Amino acid sequence: MEFKPKRPQKEIKYEELRIYTDEELHNYSEEELKDFKIKHSIPMLEELEKGPWPSFVTDAKREALRRKKLPKDRLMLDQDVVDDLLGQLELSFEDGETHWKHGGIVGVFGYGGGVIGRYSDVPEKYPSVAHFHTIRVNQPASKFYKTDFLRALCDLWEFRGSGLFNMHGSTGDIILLGTTTEQLEPIFYDLTHELDQDLGGSGSNLRTPSCCIGKARCEFACIDTQNLCYELTTHYQDELHRPAFPYKFKIKIDGCPNGCVASIARSDMSLIGTWRDEIRIDQEAVQAYIRGEIQPNGGAHSGRDWGPFDIQKEVIDLCPTGCMAMEDGKLVINNEECNRCMHCINVMPRALRPGVDTGVSVLFGAKAPILEGAQLSVLTIPFMKAEPPYDNIKELLEKVWDWWIEEGKNRERLGELIQRKGLPKFLEVLGVPAAPQMVKMPRTNPYIFWKEEDVPGGWKRDIKEYRQRHKR
Amino acid sequence: MALSQERLGKYNPEKPTENRITDIGPRHFWDFFPPVIQKNYGKWLYHDILEPGIMVHVSETGDKVFTVRCGGARFMTAENIREICDIADKYCDGYVRFTTRNNIEFMVTSYEKLQALKQDLLSRKYITGSYKYPIGGTGAGVTNIVHTQGYIHCHTPATDASSMVKALMDELMDYFTGMTLPAHVRISVACCLNMCGAVHCSDIALLGIHRKPPIVDDNIDSVCEIPLAIAACPVGALSPGKTEDGRKTIKVKEERCMFCGNCYTMCPALPIADKLGDGVAVLAGGKISNRISEPKFSKVIVPWLPNNFPRFPEVVATVKKIIEVYASEARKYERIGDWAERIGWEKFFEKCDLPFTEHLIDDYRLAYDTYRTSTQFKYTRAAWEVSKAAGGIDE
Repeated sequence: MEFKPKRPQKEIKYEELRIYTDEELHNYSEEELKDFKIKHSIPMLEELEKGPWPSFVTDAKREALRRKKLPKDRLMLDQDVVDDLLGQLELSFEDGETHWKHGGIVGVFGYGGGVIGRYSDVPEKYPSVAHFHTIRVNQPASKFYKTDFLRALCDLWEFRGSGLFNMHGSTGDIILLGTTTEQLEPIFYDLTHELDQDLGGSGSNLRTPSCCIGKARCEFACIDTQNLCYELTTHYQDELHRPAFPYKFKIKIDGCPNGCVASIARSDMSLIGTWRDEIRIDQEAVQAYIRGEIQPNGGAHSGRDWGPFDIQKEVIDLCPTGCMAMEDGKLVINNEECNRCMHCINVMPRALRPGVDTGVSVLFGAKAPILEGAQLSVLTIPFMKAEPPYDNIKELLEKVWDWWIEEGKNRERLGELIQRKGLPKFLEVLGVPAAPQMVKMPRTNPYIFWKEEDVPGGWKRDIKEYRQRHKR
Repeated sequence: MALSQERLGKYNPEKPTENRITDIGPRHFWDFFPPVIQKNYGKWLYHDILEPGIMVHVSETGDKVFTVRCGGARFMTAENIREICDIADKYCDGYVRFTTRNNIEFMVTSYEKLQALKQDLLSRKYITGSYKYPIGGTGAGVTNIVHTQGYIHCHTPATDASSMVKALMDELMDYFTGMTLPAHVRISVACCLNMCGAVHCSDIALLGIHRKPPIVDDNIDSVCEIPLAIAACPVGALSPGKTEDGRKTIKVKEERCMFCGNCYTMCPALPIADKLGDGVAVLAGGKISNRISEPKFSKVIVPWLPNNFPRFPEVVATVKKIIEVYASEARKYERIGDWAERIGWEKFFEKCDLPFTEHLIDDYRLAYDTYRTSTQFKYTRAAWEVSKAAGGIDE
């Protein structure tokens, strides 16, 4: 099996792209680092250099030192940007308040997203971070990299920006933290021309879709998460770069109901891999688990003595639907009752595997608390095949966008619109019938919004005729 | 074919559209997969966690891939990424990956390489002694914390994230490098209610919150669309007003404010952050996985703790206490939320020795759904306090 990009990809060779020489890359020693002090006093941040967990402060300091030792013309930003960033962070700790101003509109020509304006509100103290914009770079699906690409990105970003990253941002992008307005276009130019790489989303547009590791290295994945993610991302480039929505829209793709990218909680459209046939059982392996020859759950609990594996207690009794049993020494699953929670498969991956007739469950509407409270995604399509070119998924998505763009208020997330208009209305938009799978329970109030066509004879009645039967 | 080195590179501001490339999307994933991943795509049979942080995935072709998972600070420098690349070049043929939870994964195909890689990773320490690439984050433990930007680069935070995460992980290191818990514990940090980290379904969530209403800037009429800012308030606490000198302004009905900060998001002339007001709420019991029980929200269990920079001792102590009690009380495979629901939230508060206050009872929309409407409850000290207050019992 092999997946091909939609257009030929440039091969990235660091040696051809690089800005810095080896000498420039190794321009400081451990000894220098030990004695190094940045130009501001940062006692609270230096406290965070202690302890076993990787210290972002110590890491930032080496970048600060490296910049200071580069000739000024080998950096397009001030040499002191890391010093000033740390200095401002220390001041924020002292003041208990951030020192970044409310954004500002900056970007690259023709795009309405991908760059977030950022300005210091104490520029006189920290002049080199006075203008310090964020750039979002659309990460490759599942965040696999070749080092040639990462090294080239490091050179580009150190030369034209702060050299500081988030790997990765909450939505999935590679986040480049801090550059000036002047450098935005040159960065974008080199990103697209040399690294063959585009920006991610920000603002009221499609945000960069993301997915789990999928079939690349997971036995549970039911769908090709990367391929679906790549297809949707490239197909909807216009939606990603040019804000035309009421608010942000996130798509996340999980390969199975374990939900490792949290699509059900963190995306307006949650695509979750699943199956509709039977769980595959290897009875021999079941016995091997029972005999204790294979560690349950891939050894995830091996740090503590939980006693010998007990299939009754640990699998059968914990099945939320009670659809499993041991019969005549064999594990039997009543697949019609299974709700595909993944527990048994997680515990005994060598014995149990998802079915082979796979697809996605489609849910919509998750969001964080602002404004109406946090929401999880609502199940709308129990099962849908997910095969390239994924036209069925695109058609569904476009119906949702059309409705949301038409009906959504400014800054109203899809989930809030569904809340405001009701799930029945949303089902009408999707063009699907109602099903009990979509609710935890039927409604408890009897306030049913009957439509005129639901009722024989319609709603128009003659009061005179009524009064012939009933005196006033 | 080289990155440009002139001030404006090859970009010509006179002709911004000349040779412009747009809408090309991300790099395609396939080329970034190591050969063993390409070859065994979709063929993986099972995996085993050999030791905390080290997994082997076995394919139906007989191939194996060993993965070493390392914790990393999400905020990292070019220098750090280059060091990661050095390691990846040395052991992994130039391939590396990052996980959704900010971990770094190195993959090798032989046991010998795995051992060498492991030794190398553990030997790399910062000059101040902290690990650069601690190994762990698998199975029934605490994996890396997903978090937001905080004071490093955000304009709306009520707390800082990188520092809190560092402080927490220093204390939770044994849970990162071990698999001693009943199930995995996912911790997340978001610096304000906007939750760009969407922490609302985490086993333990730390959330920056404000507690003082916005203050109104004199120049609000010149920097904001006043009607938009007023409409942004979900509880109708804002209304149009006039200043003494007759300029348009916004009036804040302070007692209505629920401190969400949405007004500030819409209007920079309504700052809400405050040193004494801001702090951290602790939420617990959420999950995302469909495993055994349904995905569920985290619940607020501590309404506010101080922003005690840089190490947040109160926050760290609270998280540690919850995890320790959970570790000793919960059943195998039981997540924090499942455990709390089994024993009852009243017992959760008692066992974790957390005070229950009126701040923990919902009074926003759909709050009634969270009220207990049965007589099925357990007695704890909190219940007897109510009985006493009501004159129902003497002692």
